[in-house]
Amino acid sequence: MSIGVEHYLVLATVLFVIGLVGVMRRKNLLMLFFATEILLNAVNIGFAAISKYYGDLTGQMFAFFIIAIAASEVAIGLGLLIVWYKRKNSIDLDIMTSMKG
Amino acid sequence: MFEAVSFYLFSFLVITMFLITVTSNNALYSMSALATGMILISGFFFLLDADFLGAVQIVVYTGAVMAIYAFGMMFFDTTREVKEKNSSAKVVYTLSVLSALLIVVMFAAPIISSNVEALYPMTEGVGNAEAVGMVLFTKYLVPFEVAAVMLLVAMIGGIILAGKKMDQSLTLISDEDHNEEVKS
Amino acid sequence: MEKYLYIALFAPLVGSLFAALFGASKKTVITGLVTSGLLFVSWVSSVILAAHVFDGNIVHVEMMDWIVAGDLSIPFGFIVDNVSVSMMLVVTTVSTAVHVYSMGYMSHDAGYNRFFSYLSAFVFSMMILVMSDNFAGLFIGWEGVGLCSWLLIGFWFHKESASWAANEAFIMNRIADLGMLIGIFLIYWNTGTLQYDQAFAAMPNLDLSIVLWIGAFLFIGAMGKSAQFPLHPWLADAMEGPTPVSALIHAATMVTAGVYLVIRANPIYDLIPEMGHVIASLGAFVAIFAATMALVNQDIKRIIAYSTLSQLGYMFVAAGLGAYWVALFHLATHAFFKALLFLGAGNVMHAMDDELNIMKMGQLKKVMLGTAVLMLVASVALSGIYPLAGFFSKDKILEVAFSEHSYILWGTLWVTAGLTAFYSFRVVMIVFFGNERYSKLGFHPHEAYPFMLWAMAPLAVLAVIAGFFEHQFLDFVTVVLPGYEFHTHHVEALLIAVTSAIAVLGIVTAIIMYKNGPIKKDLTGCRIYQLLINQYYIPKIYDEVFIKPYHELSRIFWKLDIKLVDATVDFIATTLYKTGEKTRSMQSGNLSQMLIWMVVGLVILLLAAVFYTEAIPMIQDLYSKVG
Repeated sequence: MSIGVEHYLVLATVLFVIGLVGVMRRKNLLMLFFATEILLNAVNIGFAAISKYYGDLTGQMFAFFIIAIAASEVAIGLGLLIVWYKRKNSIDLDIMTSMKG
Repeated sequence: MFEAVSFYLFSFLVITMFLITVTSNNALYSMSALATGMILISGFFFLLDADFLGAVQIVVYTGAVMAIYAFGMMFFDTTREVKEKNSSAKVVYTLSVLSALLIVVMFAAPIISSNVEALYPMTEGVGNAEAVGMVLFTKYLVPFEVAAVMLLVAMIGGIILAGKKMDQSLTLISDEDHNEEVKS
Repeated sequence: MEKYLYIALFAPLVGSLFAALFGASKKTVITGLVTSGLLFVSWVSSVILAAHVFDGNIVHVEMMDWIVAGDLSIPFGFIVDNVSVSMMLVVTTVSTAVHVYSMGYMSHDAGYNRFFSYLSAFVFSMMILVMSDNFAGLFIGWEGVGLCSWLLIGFWFHKESASWAANEAFIMNRIADLGMLIGIFLIYWNTGTLQYDQAFAAMPNLDLSIVLWIGAFLFIGAMGKSAQFPLHPWLADAMEGPTPVSALIHAATMVTAGVYLVIRANPIYDLIPEMGHVIASLGAFVAIFAATMALVNQDIKRIIAYSTLSQLGYMFVAAGLGAYWVALFHLATHAFFKALLFLGAGNVMHAMDDELNIMKMGQLKKVMLGTAVLMLVASVALSGIYPLAGFFSKDKILEVAFSEHSYILWGTLWVTAGLTAFYSFRVVMIVFFGNERYSKLGFHPHEAYPFMLWAMAPLAVLAVIAGFFEHQFLDFVTVVLPGYEFHTHHVEALLIAVTSAIAVLGIVTAIIMYKNGPIKKDLTGCRIYQLLINQYYIPKIYDEVFIKPYHELSRIFWKLDIKLVDATVDFIATTLYKTGEKTRSMQSGNLSQMLIWMVVGLVILLLAAVFYTEAIPMIQDLYSKVG
């Protein structure tokens, strides 16, 4: 059977939801970042699929820029994580409640 | 035929890998599964005739981003298994199923998918990399330059956040103090 | 000429506002001086306007539009014709005298500035009332004087009895104002305008029953303001206010507003002479009713208040029987000598440390000769003895009653004249003559400040000479008012003689009975005495029949209010509060939970997106397929 754009989109949805589950479930901050990466990748697949099936390069360009952004986000995110770890010696989410109230 | 087989194979593998990422208690396993998933996703890109994107995915995502994560993981004490108290499992799964359903409904319904039209149509006869280059440096030039600046900022930010003794400026202290610094 | 109108109208307002600036401070003499000065300016303007009107010109201005809505157009218009200028002169004369007097009377009062502000505001409202050229402006003035009267009666508001009396006055007036409003509504409904000239011109074309209703309702309003039975108790209780207030408001001006209304609306009442007879009968009843109550009372101000009530009855008799100029004439003369009486009583009270009971006074002429003379003059005028003013006006009213062949009315008024003379001189004898009773009780009376006596002097002069201007007054006023045909030419002299006779009889009886002070016999056992001293038990009846049930009803509704209304409002508040408390748990600071909330939001947005893009066209599809 031929693979249409719907297949890719459903796949992207499933991966996105897996990422959502990870975001909601993880209590370790590093694992949370992993789940965020999954989200971004799922979206990339969706963009690329639409780009192929509608003959438009915009999707690929968007995916390209998402990759760039994801890279810089990881850099800064891990930097902040390191600073936090130096102070609190733990990256457990349940301990980080200073924004309470 | 070939396409369908590879699509289903890759999708099965990717879903498995990401499930491991999300559910495993061991950080190392989680990270490895993530890296594997990334490479398999690049397979998808190649399937979709997005060669340049696939190559970039491998080089940047798997190579650079996962490397950063690996270094970061070395930094934290990840031998301990993280005890995760999941207080609201039902809520989580309800929400995820619901959102999955809704998005699929959105995509599957003919109304949305029939409204898509091409803004920047692909030119025939050129390879993907060349086509990407043509669009990137003409129509998407400004985002490209801004992304470059953003990467620069991210790099500097990463250095400052993670570096040691980043509150002192080496070039502004005088030489004797500098020697003292070196000795201590 | 218009500028004199505006000066006369707004000078008291300026004075009031000026005094209001100092309302909360201690006494400053400048407030008294400025307000009295401005009132004098108003008096001068009124005189100039009177001279102008005397030459035959009427000043009619329309200051600005007030309500212009559809067909309804009510401007702020003022008219100075013969009637209103007469009222203006009376009001400004008495007001100026009272203002100057108050500078002395209230000189030791903490609320000195506030008093003058209220007093001038009252004069301003009264001026609006008499100068307005439409019923709406009249009503504004009507309400304004009611408000200022409330403020002034309850001036010493920390006294429970004073605030109660103020409320009683205001509420009774309010009840009457309802009638007046209905009358005004009826006028507008049937004639489409509230301007005097246009409404009166349209009156003859209306159905007679409508005119009757209009007249009746307007008179109900007049009943409240002029304290006719049954809305009369407030006048006697209003004596709780300072004496200058009683002199100005409850003798000369506010209570005469009702009479002014009837005089002004004479085209209406000319069409319904039966209503006029009802008015006259009520007036006569009130005259004798009040006079009897004044016979036995021991409170000096109350006696004079009942006297006012009685004389108001006289005025209504005249107005009811169609002799409007006579009513206006009596209004003017009465204003002078009644204000004089009140001011004199104020002097006596001040001398006796605010003591009101005449039984504690006596032989005060030794220390207060000036006041004694002035009060004597006023009492003689009130009794209607030639050649003072009261003789002319009161006598004319009796002639009117006789000429209408309503002999019962004439008889009632004749007896009342005798009673009036009797109780006026009873007061004079007991207070100023007779045996001296005050020094045992520790009072040290002294005469009032000279300038206060000088302020009372013009009123005394007017009380003496005003009667001689009767003919000029008649000619002046009947330019606007209808005249009156007297059918008594052959018995006129006899009537005058009979009237004077009973007045003299009353005076002589009083002098003989009280020449040694109050009667020694204890009358408290006599039933008639009890009836009179308790004011025919009317206040008690009102208390039992109206006030107590109403109070119970209010209590029930208060409980209902707490249970229903307050509960609802509190419920809304507690709901919001509890909602806030419960949603506070959203902000736990826990990133995991916040991410879950984020996904919840995402799901909601997805639902909205799906619903709006997918479902609605589907529903529309289905609809079009079905319908």
